[in-house]
Amino acid sequence: MTSCLIVDDSKVVRMVARRILEDLKFEILEAADGKEAMDVCLKGMPDVILLDWNMPVMSGIDFLRTLRSTEGGDIPKVVFCTTENDMAHIREAMTAGANEYIMKPFDRAIIEAKFSQVEVL
Amino acid sequence: MNSQDFQLLSSIVRDRSGLVLTEEKVYLLESRLTPLARQRGMNNLEDLANELRRSNDERLKEEITEAMTTNETFFFRDTKPFDIFREHVLPRLLEARSTRKTLRIWNAACSTGQEPYSVAMLLKEEAARMAGWRVEILATDISNEVLEKAKAGLYSQFEVQRGLPIQLLMKYFQQVGEMWQIDSSIRAMVKFQKKNLLEDLTHLGTFDIVFCRNVLIYFDHEMKARVLNQINKVMADDGALFLGGAETVLGICDALKPVQGLKGVYTSAAGGMIAAAS
Repeated sequence: MTSCLIVDDSKVVRMVARRILEDLKFEILEAADGKEAMDVCLKGMPDVILLDWNMPVMSGIDFLRTLRSTEGGDIPKVVFCTTENDMAHIREAMTAGANEYIMKPFDRAIIEAKFSQVEVL
Repeated sequence: MNSQDFQLLSSIVRDRSGLVLTEEKVYLLESRLTPLARQRGMNNLEDLANELRRSNDERLKEEITEAMTTNETFFFRDTKPFDIFREHVLPRLLEARSTRKTLRIWNAACSTGQEPYSVAMLLKEEAARMAGWRVEILATDISNEVLEKAKAGLYSQFEVQRGLPIQLLMKYFQQVGEMWQIDSSIRAMVKFQKKNLLEDLTHLGTFDIVFCRNVLIYFDHEMKARVLNQINKVMADDGALFLGGAETVLGICDALKPVQGLKGVYTSAAGGMIAAAS
């Protein structure tokens, strides 16, 4: 089973994403900020990470940079999923090592399209 | 809606576009045509039907047909056909046309333009292979409304996220307010024209590649045969026709046949693309 770590400080967003991704047969892990996400990754790298940008404690972009400089941190596919919807943020995320980028709001069709883009579906 | 009104409205749509509306599609007729009736100051579809009986207004018939034939589309829909296009069909045709160095592509029923623009971006990405080639992409649809949108190349955030890789969004789109506009260099590659698939199309010339995906599914057997024969007339004998995943030529049009090993691709029964296969 392919594992997916959902990182978002909103419980509602995590729940919506979980429902879609469980339906797509992913094994789900959750984290409420970048720091929690890093702890999860250090125990075992997930196959794919759905990552919010603006979160308390540690932001998504800081998490991504930390992850990519950690041993084994190049393994997970990272799909940003954020309300930041301008080209500057998209470029920054892709430069920092993201594989795909979702602009909120999202639906099942978008998740499916982006996850097949990074070849985990 | 009573059955005479349904018959009247569905026959207008069928005669003009080929789209077949069976009785279980009443909801579709109501949801698409009620706004149009209201725009004209009518209350419901009964008024609309009565107005048609009274005036026989050609412009109104056209608007009804347009409203019923507007269909959903997205960038790189289904992905796989575009992989097949890039990896198999394009190389074969580049070889077959290597002296002439021209390629003509037709997107039939292009709707709001995502498919022809996907083809254009794909070719742009293959710039190294395409150097010195003259490529023409003609995109046609029956509806003026969708063609206007297609020409503008403006898409919502939802539309640019279904099927379009983020790398291509970064490369070929600019943000315009809440919308995303495809680059003028891509827009310039596609020519949009209003065409009905049921009218004579031979003046369009000969095409090497035809995309007519998820169009036939809306037609009955007779209309499918008519459209496929129309396509066959304007397609080169070694050309390639892309149909949607649920569509085929088998049992409908003997002039066309599937290309072995390339799912969703069809070619002329007279010779055909398969002859070029290694």
